[in-house]
Amino acid sequence: MDWNIFLRSTMVIVEKNMRIYYFKGPVVVFGLLFPLIMFFTFFIGRNLDLVLFFPGFLGMMLFFTASSVGPLITPWEKRERTYERLFSLPVIFECIIIGDLLAGALFGIIITTIVWIVSTLLLHLPLANAGLLALGFVLGSVCFAALGTLLASPTTNNPSNIMMLSSLVRLPLIFVSGIFIPLSQLGGWEWILTSLSPLTYLVDLFHAAFNGDAVYPAYVDAGVLVIIILLFIYFAKIIQQHNLVKGI
Amino acid sequence: MEMIEAKNLRKKFGPVTAVDGVSISVPEGAIYGFLGPNGAGKTTTIRMLTGVLTPDEGSVKIRGVDIIENPLEAKMMMGVIPENGTVYADLTAEQNIFLIGKIYGMDKASREKRATEILTALGLSERRYDLVRTFSKGMRQRISIASAIVHSPPLLILDEPTTGLDVYSRHLVLETVREMNRRGSTVLLTTHNIEEANTLCTDISIINKGKIVATGSPEKLKKTFDTGRYVDISFEGPARETLFEGDGILRAERIGDKWRVYTDDPDRAVKHLAEIAEREHLTIVSIATSNPTLEEAFVQLTAGA
Repeated sequence: MDWNIFLRSTMVIVEKNMRIYYFKGPVVVFGLLFPLIMFFTFFIGRNLDLVLFFPGFLGMMLFFTASSVGPLITPWEKRERTYERLFSLPVIFECIIIGDLLAGALFGIIITTIVWIVSTLLLHLPLANAGLLALGFVLGSVCFAALGTLLASPTTNNPSNIMMLSSLVRLPLIFVSGIFIPLSQLGGWEWILTSLSPLTYLVDLFHAAFNGDAVYPAYVDAGVLVIIILLFIYFAKIIQQHNLVKGI
Repeated sequence: MEMIEAKNLRKKFGPVTAVDGVSISVPEGAIYGFLGPNGAGKTTTIRMLTGVLTPDEGSVKIRGVDIIENPLEAKMMMGVIPENGTVYADLTAEQNIFLIGKIYGMDKASREKRATEILTALGLSERRYDLVRTFSKGMRQRISIASAIVHSPPLLILDEPTTGLDVYSRHLVLETVREMNRRGSTVLLTTHNIEEANTLCTDISIINKGKIVATGSPEKLKKTFDTGRYVDISFEGPARETLFEGDGILRAERIGDKWRVYTDDPDRAVKHLAEIAEREHLTIVSIATSNPTLEEAFVQLTAGA
């Protein structure tokens, strides 16, 4: 395989996704407004320790932003028939999946970085380990963007179907991720439930980065996120390839 | 070396065999027409030739490069205009062309120059910076074509490029195809329009029920499936059917205001009809001999589809 063509095609797909999808209504609503509304709903007027809960809020922000672009792209392009056109160009499956994933991840990183900088300036938040924060940003954004790409894989050319499915999957993950209740206070079945959500490991990584008081070692959080990324990408590729072979 | 060499392509969707052992050989420099009725397997074949679908069996080589084993390298030689000419409606005309140009590795200066050339040729230079979502269907199809030819591909594949277009857009599209061929591109196109294939193509394959049923030049196909010749003649005033008997005339029937006279020798028939007109004092308003048509060949080959 010619890797120059592969990388060039992938980057052009990223650019195309950024131009077309970053400002689409569903991305703005589910990626920007939704986490802010969630934040105001749970934190305003409850006299909570913002320093303690900020890692959870930042994780939620990255989760919503990075996973909001992917679910829109594939069904939108299937409806417009540009999805099939892409395959007649010097593009292969991996280019499309990585292109969609990177567009989502970049969106998550850009928005969440802005939120982190503004919050740090306003609230004078601590930072114990900048390296872990950067690692969290990269792994978290790629993981949730991969989730977005996976959610876009089922056969439909109606973006609203996928946005509904995406909300159905993403909302419960928020509540079982140790955002609203610190992991250290969980036990039994609650702990098992939180272990199933990728967001748990990101929030834990952010806790290590901001306050140095994570539940798991950083390498466990990072390792689990990497495994989940690979699983999401693998299943997204399998499902989308299967659909294309069937001509749908 | 052939530009496209497809061998024994098969594709099933569930229990339905869409393409059943199709082989196509497209020589360099040809304008190759791929004809067939709706549902015959044209688009499925094109999707396999362009690497969109993987065949269940068979192989596709573009200038000797296997599209299944080396899809990126094979696709670099193509420009593809899919059915319904899909473009990004949320991008401008220029952005659509640049996007494709970038994928093919064109630098900025080349993209700028080529976009100006193509948009001018396709009558869209004034709409260069407008969003495609504001364009008519014909204009969108022209942008689709502009995007496909921006990198001057050695192979241009068009899936029903003129379906549903107005006369002006259709003319521009066909002229662009001819111009690309004059510049050295090989063209493969599917069409429903038999007349279009007749005037444009150097070679034709007709597909029916997933199988190739005929291949050859338009003239060869017309000759092979010649269903008989006739002379259409109309007179000023009435003419009797019994007049149309004699030298070289097989039978005659009235069609509208003219007579269709079937013959196995049109030259003799015309002379004979002129003699009849003179003898019967009839004034000939019009007379025309038929030629075998590609449409006749197409109808015979795809009857019952």
